[in-house]
Amino acid sequence: MRLAILGAGDVGRSVADLAGEYGHEVVALADSTSAAIDPDGIGVEAALERKAGDEALGTADPEDVLETEYDVLVEATPTTLGDAEPGFSHVRRALEADRHAVLANKGPVAERYEELRALEADSAGSIRFEATVGGAIPVLSTIEDCTPQSVTAVRGVLNGTANFILTRMAAEGLDYEHVLAEAQDLGVAEADPTFDVDGTDAALKFVILANVLADGGFALEDAAVEGIQSIPGSALDLAAEDGRTIRLIGEATRDGVRVGPRLVPENGALAVTGTRNIVQIETRNAGSLHSSGRGAGGPETATAVLSDVGRLPPL
Amino acid sequence: MGDAPDSDADEPDAETDGGVRAYTVRLELVDEPGELLRALAPVADNGGNLLSIHHQRGNITPRGHIPVEVDLECPPDRFDDIVDALRDAGVNVIQAGEEHYGEEVSVVLVGNLVETDLSNTLSRIEDEADAVVQDLSLAAPEGTDGISSARARLAIDSGRSEEALAAIRSIGSDKELTVVEPLLGGEA
Ligand SMILES: NC(=O)c1ccc[n+]([C@@H]2O[C@H](COP(=O)([O-])OP(=O)(O)OC[C@H]3O[C@@H](n4cnc5c(N)ncnc54)[C@H](OP(=O)(O)O)[C@@H]3O)[C@@H](O)[C@H]2O)c1
Repeated sequence: MRLAILGAGDVGRSVADLAGEYGHEVVALADSTSAAIDPDGIGVEAALERKAGDEALGTADPEDVLETEYDVLVEATPTTLGDAEPGFSHVRRALEADRHAVLANKGPVAERYEELRALEADSAGSIRFEATVGGAIPVLSTIEDCTPQSVTAVRGVLNGTANFILTRMAAEGLDYEHVLAEAQDLGVAEADPTFDVDGTDAALKFVILANVLADGGFALEDAAVEGIQSIPGSALDLAAEDGRTIRLIGEATRDGVRVGPRLVPENGALAVTGTRNIVQIETRNAGSLHSSGRGAGGPETATAVLSDVGRLPPL
Repeated sequence: MGDAPDSDADEPDAETDGGVRAYTVRLELVDEPGELLRALAPVADNGGNLLSIHHQRGNITPRGHIPVEVDLECPPDRFDDIVDALRDAGVNVIQAGEEHYGEEVSVVLVGNLVETDLSNTLSRIEDEADAVVQDLSLAAPEGTDGISSARARLAIDSGRSEEALAAIRSIGSDKELTVVEPLLGGEA
């Protein structure tokens, strides 16, 4: 397939870098200011070198990317809340042109799911968004294989930063502020970690899951969300005395979405440590399935994007 | 206190010799000298035999009382008399015999627990969530003026955990406390 990649951050760059390995061709790659476009395939390595050297990616305008001949739009611009722009409009333009779109950007699928599905229904193209939930972990494709109707709930840990902080607090008896600073030094937490620690990022993923289970109907505002900022070390100590620990756990069902700090058995499946993620898919006929792995990172997320590309039907 | 044998603790209702059965009674006592002896006198007076007394030090009920768990044996037809006699003597009997509560869940509360009146919080949990606070551990590393945490183990009637936790959530939001609930459902 010919890929047009919007966004040249960790995810977009890794998709460009790995596309060849998966048998695909990159015909466009854009960041917020410039684009490299070539219908015969751009020189990915050279473009990434220019980006690394703070030069322009290419000589074209990002606006022109969607005018190129491509098969799949890879949407990897920043996740935004509310109207989910500019990501939503990018995907709309692809579908209106009867092209496929694969999203890493959570905004459009969390906030405007029904609109996307309506656009898809009128298009020869289709959308996929495995990368938006759990990075490298195959969550949506597992649900698709089980069929969404037979999945009753999805629970788990889908924010590595919050999980890292809680793990360190429990292990070292340190307080939130201290561990957060450490996580920032290690690059595990961003300079502005708000959406990771206040539960928003995890909530977006569980909203997407609820949308898949119920075929739409949810947006971030429908989720009950609590973060981990108010959890002191003493709460983790008390939990540990009882053989439990505290994790930022999300739950998605057809009835709603909830994210917040919860008590879980210290040695239970959901108490993953460090930046690991885990999901538990509860099925009607087959009990619970667990998958865990790396929930973020450029190459990890890019593998989910490229697996999605591989699942798309020919246009 | 606290040094009685507790070999029967796990099977308090096991059949014993001589036509007597073992029972467990949970009491709440005022923290005063002599109170335990006074409270337990009705057991022997009514043909019961004390097997063990568990008194978890440091645990205080919302009303400032001390929870005590008593294992005793008696002929089955005397058990009701014993419980009645305890109640007549002014002892607060929380749970008697085989009326066990169905589910046990723990919650952790975080916030200005002392300033927001912890014993009132726990009484409200007992009343509004219909739960029995079985024990409480408090951690206040910043002193009682600061943020502290408490873990409460609650007994709740079978099948009512979701409702009880919803009630505790709303008490928490009234008092601006963070409630860390257990994850029910699924194989956590
Ligand atoms: N990183 C992960 O592990 C991960 C995992 C799952 C999902 N995601 C999602 O994937 C998306 C990309 O993540 P990331 O980590 O790669 O983000 P990032 O490092 O912040 O990169 C975002 C990229 O988008 C570009 N951009 C912004 N506005 C644009 C526009 N209007 N047109 C074209 N490009 C535009 C930025 O350009 P400049 O370079 O010029 O700023 C940047 O290159 C986000 O939505 C994120 O939530 C990320």
